[in-house]
Amino acid sequence: MTSATLTVAAARRGNPWARRALILAAWLAFALFLLLPLFVVLSEALKQGLGTFVDAILEPDALSALKLTVLAVLISVPLNLVFGVAAAWCVSKFEFRGKSLLVTLIDLPFSVSPVIAGLIYVLLFGAQGYFGEWLSDHDIQIVFAVPGIVLATLFVTVPFVARELIPLMQEQGTQEEEAARLLGANGWQMFWHVTLPNIRWGLIYGVVLCTARAMGEFGAVSVVSGHIRGVTNTLPLHVEILYNEYNHVAAFSVASLLLLLALVILLLKQWSESRMSRLNTPADEE
Amino acid sequence: MSRRISPVIPGFGLTLGYTLVYLSLLVLIPLGAMFLKTTQLSWEQFWAIVTAPRVLAALRLSFGAALAAAVLNGIIGTLLAWVLVRYEFPGRRIIDAMVDLPFALPTAVAGIALTALYAPSGLVGRFATELGLKIAYTPLGITLALTFVTLPFVARTVQPVLADIPREIEEAAACLGARPLQVFRHILLPALLPAWLTGFALAFARGVGEYGSVIFIAGNMPMKTEILPLLIMVKLDQYDYAGATAIGVLMLVVSFILLLLINLLQRRIEAP
Amino acid sequence: MSIRRFALAALAAALLAGEASAATELLNVSYDPTRELYQEYNAAFAKHWKQESGEDVKIQQSHGGSGKQARSVIDGLKADVVTLALAGDIDELQKLGKLIPADWQTRLPQNSTPYTSTIVFLVRKGNPKGIKDWNDLTRDGVEVITPNPKTSGGARWNFLAAWAWAKKTYGSDAKAQAYVQALYKHVPVLDTGARGSTITFVNNNIGDVLVAWENEAFLALKEQGGDNFEIVAPSLSILAEPPVSVVDKNVDKKGTRKVAEAYLQYLYSDEGQRIAAKNFYRPRNEKIAAEFAQQFPNLELVTVDKDFDGWKSAQPRFFDDGGVFDQIYQAQ
Repeated sequence: MTSATLTVAAARRGNPWARRALILAAWLAFALFLLLPLFVVLSEALKQGLGTFVDAILEPDALSALKLTVLAVLISVPLNLVFGVAAAWCVSKFEFRGKSLLVTLIDLPFSVSPVIAGLIYVLLFGAQGYFGEWLSDHDIQIVFAVPGIVLATLFVTVPFVARELIPLMQEQGTQEEEAARLLGANGWQMFWHVTLPNIRWGLIYGVVLCTARAMGEFGAVSVVSGHIRGVTNTLPLHVEILYNEYNHVAAFSVASLLLLLALVILLLKQWSESRMSRLNTPADEE
Repeated sequence: MSRRISPVIPGFGLTLGYTLVYLSLLVLIPLGAMFLKTTQLSWEQFWAIVTAPRVLAALRLSFGAALAAAVLNGIIGTLLAWVLVRYEFPGRRIIDAMVDLPFALPTAVAGIALTALYAPSGLVGRFATELGLKIAYTPLGITLALTFVTLPFVARTVQPVLADIPREIEEAAACLGARPLQVFRHILLPALLPAWLTGFALAFARGVGEYGSVIFIAGNMPMKTEILPLLIMVKLDQYDYAGATAIGVLMLVVSFILLLLINLLQRRIEAP
Repeated sequence: MSIRRFALAALAAALLAGEASAATELLNVSYDPTRELYQEYNAAFAKHWKQESGEDVKIQQSHGGSGKQARSVIDGLKADVVTLALAGDIDELQKLGKLIPADWQTRLPQNSTPYTSTIVFLVRKGNPKGIKDWNDLTRDGVEVITPNPKTSGGARWNFLAAWAWAKKTYGSDAKAQAYVQALYKHVPVLDTGARGSTITFVNNNIGDVLVAWENEAFLALKEQGGDNFEIVAPSLSILAEPPVSVVDKNVDKKGTRKVAEAYLQYLYSDEGQRIAAKNFYRPRNEKIAAEFAQQFPNLELVTVDKDFDGWKSAQPRFFDDGGVFDQIYQAQ
């Protein structure tokens, strides 16, 4: 063995002490910042046994909150999915002026405070808002009702799918699409048979993150909800209400229901990610 | 206006049009309504609101805590990304999967969990109190809550870039006698910096606006532990719509400039 | 066969239609600590209304900080009745929303306030810090929990009670302000609502004394067991009047005025008063008040109308932007 290969091998392994220290530090950070909060939620929920936990989740108000949360997710995720694909398409396949501005606008809801996200819809559709009178004359209720909750959820989840797809589609370029076109496919055929299969896993990843956020949004929904028990409460709002009713165990039980949903979502994400990297690896080596 | 990368790819008008209409309806017009509401104020009134001592204190706190959390995440996130990419160790897949937990966990749940953890009677709070350290209801508690909520940003932006850096370059540098620190400074740092900055800025922007997780642990003391989004809520509860939107506009402008800078930076780095 | 199917369908349709039309829905928008009170009262009223008129009524509840709740109603939350922490918040429904007439408070007996409360202290068992009156709150090493008067109605009553005591004890507004300023220096957490403060004190174990609604303090004792806390009544406090009103514009639109008015009227009935007392609100009806006299400590009470010239003057003076409360914090 030459000394050069020895050095390479050493460099590849790295300093074993540094390595161990870093892994330990990562584990510590992970345990302290991620595992502990998780542990607290679950242990508080199960404090009085599985029975109270199940009761808290099956209570009618909790179920109606779950229904509303699912409804908000079912409306907002597909809409943002279609938007994300369209936005990623025009941003990644074309060059045009103002592209940076457009991408920034797509990102904007990410960094707008959730409180503002709720507030703007109250300013528009509230009784004192710009469309308030018209809506009231036509008996349409938007804020403090389900449409307002859906709107607020839509707003905070706008960027997720687009954010995931833009870098992916940029990386993939346009060659395959061009080939499809030259072989006579029309636009939709090209999209269905070439583009969609290519971005499938990125799409799932985006949808998964979008779902997670839509499910868990608190600040924005809180501003437009009106907090009517059993009618306009989503699961996160229901957690707050229970917490405020000295109902600690129930609050943490519903919280852990959300937590379990979050974990399922993370599992889905991990799965789509591993599929994505498996699909990408051979391509990288070509 | 458009320059197609390729002449045969269709759908520019359709997708751009749809994107613009959707964004306008959902994001731009509503945000515009907020700006419109602020125009009820004269420039002097607007200035008086956003420079009131209480608003300035909240501004300092929100931006300060978000900055501290972003820095903390700059370190923890890089550490996590490095360990996940470079080492094989027990539990690697679990950590990898769970880094995104703060994204998926509802912020209100995070809020009550962190309060239960860091309050003086909590699991961590008890130890901290014995050491004479107060976490919950102080800026430190706010910073920790923000760190939790924004934890994935740096880790997730740095991770793929780090995975793409060919190990051979570092190895070559090491063979040529570079010390680990030199390798880091001259090879890794320049490659990682753009991604790191993006993650940092996203974490920062998200931290400034965060409400649900902070509100339980903040203590909400005027001038001390009152964050900007809470101040908006407080103004609203006093029927001061114009004042609330003034603070909203201030936050929005800052976030927008920040994001625009990131995107310009990214494009400059991407375009050689 | 087909006739039978038709009959079944008709029956099902009749059942569905019947169900849809029978239950009137009322929305009561209330403040934080009344959750338990209205849970019990709503059931009682629904039963009463069924006997009275044969109609089913379903009452929905919304709770939150009093100011926030008033704003939601102004912004379009379709409340049939509001039951808030103070008259000032209901005044805003008239001023900003034009939802109720200006004389709303004269429509029901006793300033439209079917029950009252006051402000007391909740301390930890055995009263380890020896807290007996307001002056004990500003002693070294005492931590006081009270919510933010900007967002919480209860906190405004707390503030005024402290002010009234200091003014009577020390004689001047300047000294009262100095006392209140010192008091808020002892507050480590200002929650946004009364219930938030109670949770901070009771569950998170912060602070030595909770300044709270009397009903909230009693409820905390009941929920958390009397072993951990006790109530201390100060030498002077304030008569807290949380009023109620029908929201005229909403009930007229929905056609629920009759049942909404009956809902509030029934609060004054013997049963309504008894439920209020059982939930630790002081009943207005003297007979019922006598039944529960044991329960409530006897203390000297000032009123916002006599001692602070009503909410219309107290609100801007103390709590609006630039008011006394802001001055206190900016001076620190």
